[in-house]
Amino acid sequence: MASAMLSFASAAAPASASLSVRENLKGKAKIGSVNFSSSVPERNPFAKTKHFGRVSMTVAVNASRFEGITMAPPDPILGVSEAFKADTDERKLNLGVGAYRTEELQPYVLKVVKKAENLMLERGENKEYLPIEGLAAFNKATAELLFGADNPVIKQQRVATVQGLSGTGSLRLAAALIERYFPGAKVLISSPTWGNHKNIFNDARVPWSEYRYYDPKTVGLDFEGMIADIKDAPAGSFILLHGCAHNPTGIDPTPEQWEKIADVIQEKNHIPFFDVAYQGFASGSLDADASSVRLFAARGMELLVAQSYSKNLGLYAERIGAINVVCSSADAATRVKSQLKRLARPMYSNPPVHGAKIVASIVSDPALFNEWKAEMEMMAGRIKNVRQKLYASLCAKDKSGKDWSFILKQIGMFSFTGLSKTQSENMTNKWHVYMTKDGRISLAGLNLAKCEYLADAIVDSYHNVS
Amino acid sequence: MADSVFDHVVRAPEDAILGVTVAFNKDTSPVKLNLGVGAYRTEEGKPLVLSVVRQAEQSLVNDASRVKEYLPIIGLAEFNKLSAKLIFGADSPAIQENRVTTVQCLSGTGSLRVGGEFLARHYHERTIYIPQPTWGNHPKVFTLAGLSVKYYRYYDPATRGLDFQGLLEDLGSAPTGAVVLLHACAHNPTGVDPTVEQWEQIRHLIRSKKLLPFFDSAYQGFASGSLDADAQSVRMFVADGGECLVAQSYAKNMGLYGERVGALSIVCKTSDVAGRVETQLKLVIRPMYSNPPIHGASIVATILRDKDMYNEWTIELKAMADRIISMRHQLFETLKARGTPGDWSHIIKQIGMFTFTGLNSEQVAFMTREYHIYMTSDGRISMAGLSSRTIPHLADAIHAAVTRAS
Repeated sequence: MASAMLSFASAAAPASASLSVRENLKGKAKIGSVNFSSSVPERNPFAKTKHFGRVSMTVAVNASRFEGITMAPPDPILGVSEAFKADTDERKLNLGVGAYRTEELQPYVLKVVKKAENLMLERGENKEYLPIEGLAAFNKATAELLFGADNPVIKQQRVATVQGLSGTGSLRLAAALIERYFPGAKVLISSPTWGNHKNIFNDARVPWSEYRYYDPKTVGLDFEGMIADIKDAPAGSFILLHGCAHNPTGIDPTPEQWEKIADVIQEKNHIPFFDVAYQGFASGSLDADASSVRLFAARGMELLVAQSYSKNLGLYAERIGAINVVCSSADAATRVKSQLKRLARPMYSNPPVHGAKIVASIVSDPALFNEWKAEMEMMAGRIKNVRQKLYASLCAKDKSGKDWSFILKQIGMFSFTGLSKTQSENMTNKWHVYMTKDGRISLAGLNLAKCEYLADAIVDSYHNVS
Repeated sequence: MADSVFDHVVRAPEDAILGVTVAFNKDTSPVKLNLGVGAYRTEEGKPLVLSVVRQAEQSLVNDASRVKEYLPIIGLAEFNKLSAKLIFGADSPAIQENRVTTVQCLSGTGSLRVGGEFLARHYHERTIYIPQPTWGNHPKVFTLAGLSVKYYRYYDPATRGLDFQGLLEDLGSAPTGAVVLLHACAHNPTGVDPTVEQWEQIRHLIRSKKLLPFFDSAYQGFASGSLDADAQSVRMFVADGGECLVAQSYAKNMGLYGERVGALSIVCKTSDVAGRVETQLKLVIRPMYSNPPIHGASIVATILRDKDMYNEWTIELKAMADRIISMRHQLFETLKARGTPGDWSHIIKQIGMFTFTGLNSEQVAFMTREYHIYMTSDGRISMAGLSSRTIPHLADAIHAAVTRAS
C-alpha cells in the first residue's frame, strides 16, 4: 500500500516540483543579488551572455532545471532483488521477485526456448518493424492458447488481440483503452493485488478501488466480502481478476466460486478484466489454468485478458505478452483492435519481435509445443514439491498448533505467509530472507535444501516478532 | 447477441506512415515501389540485417551462461553506458562528471515518450516546441505524455530548405524554459539540417532563453556516414555545460528496427540531480512496461564493446549511408536528364533517409494511382527504398505528376 501512495504522490508531484524549482531559484536569487560576479562559479561559458534581470541570469546558470526533483523510493518488488544482491551473508535467500529458479537456485532458460532461438537464427529472419499490433502468428497463437482454438470467440473472430510488452504493457494498453473509451469507469482490484496494478491505473488516469479478497483470519479467500464489494460497485465497472495463481496470495476461487463471481458480474453489467500471468505455470496444465477465463467467455460475456509469457516460457526479459478483448461481434473486435493500435503507436510504435517469434515458433511446432508442456509441468511440479517440504518443515518445527496448510492450498509461484510488515522485516534483517513487506514469498526462489532454514525463519518471525 | 459495451468505439484510420505499407502490400502491380516507411533496403530491394548484428546474435545464442532474467527497470547497464558514450563522445565532460542518466527505452518512440512523461511530471514548463513539419508520431507522443505541443517554423517550401529566420523568431518568442524538440541530424521528413554555424546560433538562442533542448537522434552515423559528425549538434549543446534530453534509436543505424532498442539520456547540471532524475524515470517506466526487452540491447552492447565489431559496424553503416547518397545523386541526374520542370537540387542537398520532394498531396495520390508509388502524402520519399533499377520508374512518376497532375 505504502508503495502505491508514494508512487501516486510522485505522479502528483508536478505541482510541488515546479513550485520547488521556482522556490529554489528564488532562494538562490537572494544570494546572487548581493554580489553577482562572485557567485558565478569558475568555468562558466554563460558568464558573459545577456542578462534577463540581474539575478535571474546567475540563477539560471547555476541551478539545474531539475533541482527540485526528489529521490523516488525504490520499487518495492524489484527493489528487493537489489537489496538481496547487496547482502553478503552466505545464508541469504531471495524470495522476492517471481522469477523461477531451479533446485540449484539458478535462473532457468527453457530448453525449448534455446531450440527456438537457434532455429530462428538458422532461418536468418529479418528485423523489420512488426505491425503496431505485433506479430500476426504470435497473436493468433496466443489467443488460441488462451481460449482454445475451437472456442466460438475465436471461430467468430470476436477477439481483438494485440501483442503487448508482457503483462505490464498489456495491462497498460487496456488501461489506456478504458481511460479513453470508458471515461470515469472504475477498475476494481483485489485487496491485496500485485503491487504494480495500482501504478498502472494511476499513470493511465483510471480510477480504481478495492474489493475484499484476502482473509487474514483464514489465510484464505474472503468470498462473501468479494461478492459484496463487486455488487456494490457502480454498474459497468471493470473487475480485475487473476486468471489463476493469484499474486500475491496464491489463493484462487474454486470453480463454484468462479461461477458465482461471473453471476454477480453479469448482474451488474460489469466487465471482467483478467490478468493471466501464469497459464500452465500454476497447475502445470495450460487448459486447467485457463478455465476461469473460458468460463466467462462461454457465458457470452465481453471481457479483457492480459497475458504474459514471462513465467510460463521463462521469457521474462523479452517482454512478451498480449491484450485480448473479447467483444460481442467481429465488427466490434476490429474497431477495438484499431483503437488499441492507436494507443500503442505513441507509446512505443510497435512491439519487440524477438520474444514474439520465440513463442510463435514453439506453439506452431507440435514437437516443440509438447516439449514446452513437459518443461512447464516440471517447473510447476518443483514448486508443488517445495510447498510440500516447506509445509512438512513448518509442522515439524512449530509446536504451537498453528495451521500451516494454507501453504499447500495456495497455488502458483507465491505464498502469502500471513506475516506482517515487521515480521517480514525480521525475516530479512535477522534471517537474510528477502521477500516483499506484504508477507509474500516466492516459492520459485526456494529449493528443498533451504526449506528447513526458511521454516525456522518463518516460525521465529511469526511467534517472536509483533 | 447482446449489445456490446464497445458499440461507441469507432474504427481508427490506419496510421498515416505505417498505413502506407499496408496499402502497398495490398497492391498487386509488379512495378509497385514502397517509399513509405523509413526502413533501409539493399540495392536488391531487400531488408538488411547487418552482418555484424548476425555475428553478435550468434555469439549470444552460443553463450550458454546467458539467462533471460528481468533487466533492471532502466535496462541493461552496459548498454546504457555505451549508448551515452556513443552519442556524447567517450571523453564528454558530462559523462566524466557523472552528470548523465541514461535509461534503455523502446527505440526512439519509447525514449521520447518516457522523456515526455518525465517532463510533464517534473518540469515547470509543459509546452514543447516541435518543428513544422516533423515526424508524424511526434505530436501524439508528447500530447499523450501530458505536454502541450506548439510548432516552430522549420521548412521553407519556397527554397525547400531551412526557414532559419522563422525558426529563430519562433524560438525567440517561446516562453522562457519551454522545451524544444530538435532533430539531431537528418531531419525527418525534410532531410534539411541546419549548418554548423546555424546550430551555433540556435544553441545560443536556446541557452539565452533558458529553453530546454530535447534531441531526437534516430540517424547517428546513418546521415553522413560518420558517427561523430552526426552527433555534433548534440555535443555542441553538452559542451556549453547546459542540460538537455536526448532520445537515441538503433533502429536504422544498426538495422534493429523490430527489436525496439533505444535510450533516453538526460544531461543534468550535477551528478546528484542526475541520480534523483533516474529514480523518477523508473517511476514512469515501471507502470508502462516494467523493464525493457533484452535482446536488442544485448546485440548493441556486444557490438559497441568489441573494437573489431565496432569497426565492422562503422563500415557497414557507412556503406548504407553511401548507398543512399548515391541514390540521391542518381535520382537528381535522372530528373535532370529527363528535363523534368523545376529545381530538384534539394534532392542532393537534403540528408538522411528521406527526401521532401515538394510534391503536393494530389501529385502524390496521382503517383500512387498511376505508377504504384507508395509514399506519405506530405511528399516524403524514403531514399532507402530506391535502387538503380527502380529510379527510372520513380523519375517517370515524378515527371508525370509535375507535368500532368496539379
